[in-house]
Amino acid sequence: MKPWLNQHAQALSLVTRRMKSHALATFLMFMLMGVTLCLPGTLYVIIDNLNRLAGSMQSDPQMSLFLNMDADEQTIREIADRLEAHPNIQNHRFTSKDEAWEQLQQNAETAAVAGNLEKNPLPDAYFVTPAPLTPAEMENLQAELQQWAGVELAQLDTDWIKRLNAILQLGKKGILVLVALLGFALIVIIGNTIRLQILTQREEIEVSKLIGATDSFIRRPFLYAGTIYGLGGGLVAWLLLVAIISLFNVSIADLAELYASGFRLDLPTLETSMAIIGSAVFLSWLGSYIAVNRSLAQLD
Amino acid sequence: MIRFDQVSKRYPGSNQALQNITFNIDQGELVYVTGHSGAGKSTLLKLIAALERPTSGTVLINNQNISHLRSAAVPYLRRKFGLVFQDHKLLYDRNCYDNVALPLHINGISGNEAGKRVRAALDKVGLLDKEKAMPITLSGGEQQRLAIARAVVSRPAILIADEPTGNLDENYAAEIMQLFNAFQQVGVTVIIATHDVRGISPQAKVLKLDHGHLTSQFGVEAGSESQPHAGAAS
Repeated sequence: MKPWLNQHAQALSLVTRRMKSHALATFLMFMLMGVTLCLPGTLYVIIDNLNRLAGSMQSDPQMSLFLNMDADEQTIREIADRLEAHPNIQNHRFTSKDEAWEQLQQNAETAAVAGNLEKNPLPDAYFVTPAPLTPAEMENLQAELQQWAGVELAQLDTDWIKRLNAILQLGKKGILVLVALLGFALIVIIGNTIRLQILTQREEIEVSKLIGATDSFIRRPFLYAGTIYGLGGGLVAWLLLVAIISLFNVSIADLAELYASGFRLDLPTLETSMAIIGSAVFLSWLGSYIAVNRSLAQLD
Repeated sequence: MIRFDQVSKRYPGSNQALQNITFNIDQGELVYVTGHSGAGKSTLLKLIAALERPTSGTVLINNQNISHLRSAAVPYLRRKFGLVFQDHKLLYDRNCYDNVALPLHINGISGNEAGKRVRAALDKVGLLDKEKAMPITLSGGEQQRLAIARAVVSRPAILIADEPTGNLDENYAAEIMQLFNAFQQVGVTVIIATHDVRGISPQAKVLKLDHGHLTSQFGVEAGSESQPHAGAAS
């Protein structure tokens, strides 16, 4: 075996032996990290699911294209052709002003209003169903259609979705702040734990330095310890997250049934899971790196 | 192999520990550094082992000037030495085998190769049967021998011992000194600091220190060292 590989294997086996002999302390460390990380993780999953819910709602919206009152046959046909050719439009339906006027008069609720009017105030209109688009693309499409000749008003009724999205964005920002704060806390916690371990092994470190250990040799087991804490903590966080979501889903199923909806919270995706575990490993590695470097500087 | 030229060492806030020391140690020599306590014996050994750097002057180890050594290179230089400390510096949280294996681990050696070397070193100092014992259960002499095993396990070219017999009674001390003589006979350069001049073998070189000055050096090359005074060292 190559010496450097050998040194890594040695450091790793040393750390796992130490952790086994302090199994309870190691377990508590995993739990501490897991609980800390699971909090922003749970919030993220909730926000993510609400986002998905909002997304499924905004695939429905229709756009109403009201034409100029004086739009002639020619213009109406041109607009029909352009709608047909547009890649972002799934289908469209034409309602002439006369049809709309009839509908208005037949509708019991609006008949009274219509009766007071002397002539038809309604324009010709197209009702457009766009292809599935993001809110931003949807607005672009609206702006584009608004520019067409003969179009008086292109109306998109998505204000409430915009508001929901804004709230979800705010929620995401909140999570970001929470992640930053808790991440900092984790670095401090791990750093302190590793610092205490260094203190208990101070004698060994001093002797090792005297007989020719490099700084990286001394650093290595502590970095492995930090990484393992991170890995364990990340796994605990993931398990807690899955447990919490499953628990929530029992109640959500009842609630969703009342709304005749099959909505459920999704379990964390592979990417989310990797992100949770990966960030736990990274934060905890960073905490131990800072701690061991500080201690080495003090020893010199 | 080891060359001191006009070396002085001053610790901050204290007297001069060493002043204008000039000497030469060849490969395979047996060297005693003597003098009363506080004469600068330990400081001299620390300079040789690159545990300290000189305030002025030049320390050459294998033609490497340790004053100009990058700190990242220092660990690799230290591995060339086997160090025996007066207070053993054994690790009491692990058994004899693991204590001796520590330098090998630092060098990235483990497994069978390490096992062979550790047992060879323990055998040399007569502690092969104590492999699994904890150091605290050993007598003072045995602990010192264990420390020697740790110092020689990576087969250093230079063995440095600071007062290795300081806390031992006469029988143990003679035993330890014999061990060092045996290493010197197989070609290891052995440097021992001691205030006890009784057991010094006649073929050895002796560096006598007094209040940081090298007052005499005799032995194989006695009196042959006289360097021109280059560079002020106060």
